[in-house]
Amino acid sequence: MTPEAIPFLPRGVRTHFDAVRNTPVLLGPERVLMLDQIGDAVLKEVDGESSLDAISARLAAAYDAPQADIVEDVCEYLEDLVNKGLVGLRHD
Amino acid sequence: MIDPPIAMLAELTHRCPLACPYCSNPQELTAKEEELDTENWVDVFEQAARLGVLQLHLSGGEPASRRDLLELVVAARKAGLYTNLITSGVGLTPKKLEDLDNAGLDHIQLSIQGINAQIADRIGGYKGGFDRKMHIADHIAARAIPLTLNAVMHRENINDLVATMDMAERLGARRIEVACVQFHGWALQNRTALQPTRAQVDRAKDIIKAESEKRMGRLVIDFVPPDYYSDFPKACMGGWGSTGLNVTPNGTVLPCHAAETIPTLTFANVKESSLSEIWYHGSAFNAYRGTDWMPALCQTCTRRDIDFGGCRCQAMALLGDPDAVDPVCKKSPDRPVVDRLVTVESDGLAESNLIYRRM
Repeated sequence: MTPEAIPFLPRGVRTHFDAVRNTPVLLGPERVLMLDQIGDAVLKEVDGESSLDAISARLAAAYDAPQADIVEDVCEYLEDLVNKGLVGLRHD
Repeated sequence: MIDPPIAMLAELTHRCPLACPYCSNPQELTAKEEELDTENWVDVFEQAARLGVLQLHLSGGEPASRRDLLELVVAARKAGLYTNLITSGVGLTPKKLEDLDNAGLDHIQLSIQGINAQIADRIGGYKGGFDRKMHIADHIAARAIPLTLNAVMHRENINDLVATMDMAERLGARRIEVACVQFHGWALQNRTALQPTRAQVDRAKDIIKAESEKRMGRLVIDFVPPDYYSDFPKACMGGWGSTGLNVTPNGTVLPCHAAETIPTLTFANVKESSLSEIWYHGSAFNAYRGTDWMPALCQTCTRRDIDFGGCRCQAMALLGDPDAVDPVCKKSPDRPVVDRLVTVESDGLAESNLIYRRM
């Protein structure tokens, strides 16, 4: 994964607020992922237009953390979802 | 503490143009006249969403045999459910597909019976079925509707594993379920014809491993191994009454699709009780929920919370005792029963006369 890559939720994958369990979830084919605070924060920034770099910069500002660390966390988190087919990557 | 269910399988109908000999429907099929009507189903979907269900699988039979399929998909999406259509594709038309797409159908799981018309139509028991399926698959791809291919593997087609995955990619599927046939329902009486050989299974596992790496990022491969060849039982339903429930065409609510084979259980119906009442208090759901029901061997086992005591329907089918240790488990005193079956039935010499699923 390169910092210029743009992550997006492919069709068939969407976030949803589970009111019964009071938690955000990611729904995909045969997959339900309960999102923790980090997952929720990252996926909220995945808008299909922002690059990993841009997402990390916003999160670094919001959480007052070094962007180098955040970029690593974001890539690691999203790479797992890419391998599961729940996130796509675009290179413009 | 009982958690709410995550998934619901709605078997809208048992009607189906295909006659696959491994169909998971029960031997005793429900007639059209006994099916829940549109209003019943819509109410069940709304109840399910309130109960905590997130994913709805519209299945059958062939769900496209229901004339109100579109209305049901609209209602399911309105209830907030992730809506998956499990179909053979036969019975769908480009127009119906367009309507379902516009209604917000989230995903389609398309079953395939073989990699070409000759094999597929023989297994499906329906001439021309393969061509119709491929036609609708093209339309699914053209509309970019998220697609999973579901391939039930057995002795006749497990050697076509790689070609089956190629087919999935060719049809634009992002995911494939390669499920070795589970011996319940109609598959149980076709076991002699369908049971793969040990050599086939070993080879299949190697192929799955290699292909999963090779196709990573393009195709997600979910493999369901044939459990007669496993050392430990499958964690049926992720634990009885823990994550999912099934509603049959007439509204009977089951902890798993084969549960009606257990004669000691009684099942409630959505026409008489609420889904919530059935999930939390129904006797069938509580019969094997948690760990208290387990034989001592399972209760004290380190895999207790991995296998959840295996499959009750399998203990019933193979031993006639739904309370017994799943005989697939290598620790079970009844494991020789499974070994004997595998030895006798999978030598490839047995005549493969398929008994087709018919109403």
